[in-house]
Amino acid sequence: MDVLIEGVRRAAGLLAGADPEILAVLWLSLKVSGTATLIALLLGIPAGAALALARFPGRTLLVSAVNTGMGLPPVVVGLFVTILLWRSGPLGELEILYTPAAIVLAQAVIAAPIVTGITLAAVQSVPAKFRLQLIALGASRVQMVWVVLREARLPMLAAVMAGFGGVISEIGASMMVGGNIKGQTRTLTTAMVLETGKGNFDVAIALSILLLALVFGVNWALTTIQQRRAV
Amino acid sequence: MRRPVVILLALVLALAAVASAQAPASKTVILSTTTSTQDSGLLDVLIPLFEKQTGYSVKAISVGTGQALALAARGEADVTLAHAPGAEKKYVAEGKMQNRRLVMYNDFLVIGPEADPAKIKGAKSVAAALKKIADGKARFVSRGDKSGTHTLELALWKAAGITPGAPWYIESGQGMGATLGLANDRQGYTLTDRATMLAFAKRVDLEPMVEGDKLLLNVYSVMEVNPANGPKVNAAGGKAFADFMLAADTQAVIKRFGVDKYGQALFVPIAGRGSDEGDPSLPLK
Repeated sequence: MDVLIEGVRRAAGLLAGADPEILAVLWLSLKVSGTATLIALLLGIPAGAALALARFPGRTLLVSAVNTGMGLPPVVVGLFVTILLWRSGPLGELEILYTPAAIVLAQAVIAAPIVTGITLAAVQSVPAKFRLQLIALGASRVQMVWVVLREARLPMLAAVMAGFGGVISEIGASMMVGGNIKGQTRTLTTAMVLETGKGNFDVAIALSILLLALVFGVNWALTTIQQRRAV
Repeated sequence: MRRPVVILLALVLALAAVASAQAPASKTVILSTTTSTQDSGLLDVLIPLFEKQTGYSVKAISVGTGQALALAARGEADVTLAHAPGAEKKYVAEGKMQNRRLVMYNDFLVIGPEADPAKIKGAKSVAAALKKIADGKARFVSRGDKSGTHTLELALWKAAGITPGAPWYIESGQGMGATLGLANDRQGYTLTDRATMLAFAKRVDLEPMVEGDKLLLNVYSVMEVNPANGPKVNAAGGKAFADFMLAADTQAVIKRFGVDKYGQALFVPIAGRGSDEGDPSLPLK
């Protein structure tokens, strides 16, 4: 029990003292996961909407693939992205292995299916008759899709939170493609594993508290938007 | 229509924030090393020194020994710092690594519960002690993860003429810290390096049982990656780091490391004191 209390005290101390290393780690986590989620949104929302509204042969197969992708083990993504980014790999020319850009890439791959899958379900939950009504009222295809998305904004915000939550707490891929390099690619989660391995349990707990606080803060902001618009 | 613009702007800003200026490849050295080396904290002291002295930017990738050496063999690293002489010599023989040079050593100990069911406390021969553990079927927790520590442990069992197995022999498959936790929980014996033992001393109820045996030496060497292993191997950078590890100033830093925190140095520098086979020339002290 005292380990936990010590951890809470450490967390408060680290934040209050503005420990530069901790702040750097916090900021990197936020930057990387935020960017990855944004990319996932840019790719996932159009993809999810398209899958929901279009009809083509093989659609069910594709939807199943997306749903499988939602449960994709992050460590598997990490391994495949690492192999792609190796010096000897197809994307080796980019030289982004062991840099934050590599973590963004891996996390975007993890988050995109989540966003796509939830958007797909969200758009499909909007009644078909509503879409027909929009078209009958003279909406163009683009306008129709836009209004449908706005109609489904509650579950869409859930998609954002799910996507972000999935990657900010992710460790396997970040460790592999990032390398957990001090001052360069050390995120909150990889730092936590390092400190635990070294036996610095109070620092590890402090980092977990910071991570939870960060995720809670982001989700609280998003939930406020989600629930306010719902009224 | 303003919202898509806002999102796009946010994305561009975020990407700009993430894409930090990277040192050119020729100035970057990828060091593949092991988790226990990283956990000791020594690299946090040495790497900034090296970067300041030479202007290279070092990416230290700390993974299990097996992975560290395999990555180097593929040319995904420029230099290695590991403590698995058996595996290292194999890679040198295969031509994958070159110029293996001894840097420092620390030692391992067998630790165990105060009750000492196998009665090995104070034993001088670790092989004899392990034989007693096996004969008495006393609980022993192994790393089981092909790490440097695990490799050394297996060599010790071989020296004792024992093939350990369940149910008294438990393989954690995890790092040293987690393995110590497991050994503590099950009140079993385990093999640990001195640095981790010191770091965990307050948290576990295990006592040193066997130490000082020649077989318990944990020797760290640096090896340069053969440029033919893969494209873009930074041979010059790798050599610079290897030379740095053996430099007199660096060896002096290694000698002092750990004294403030633990009252004893964690490593003993031994550059240049190797035999022809690449083992430390004994006696060392």
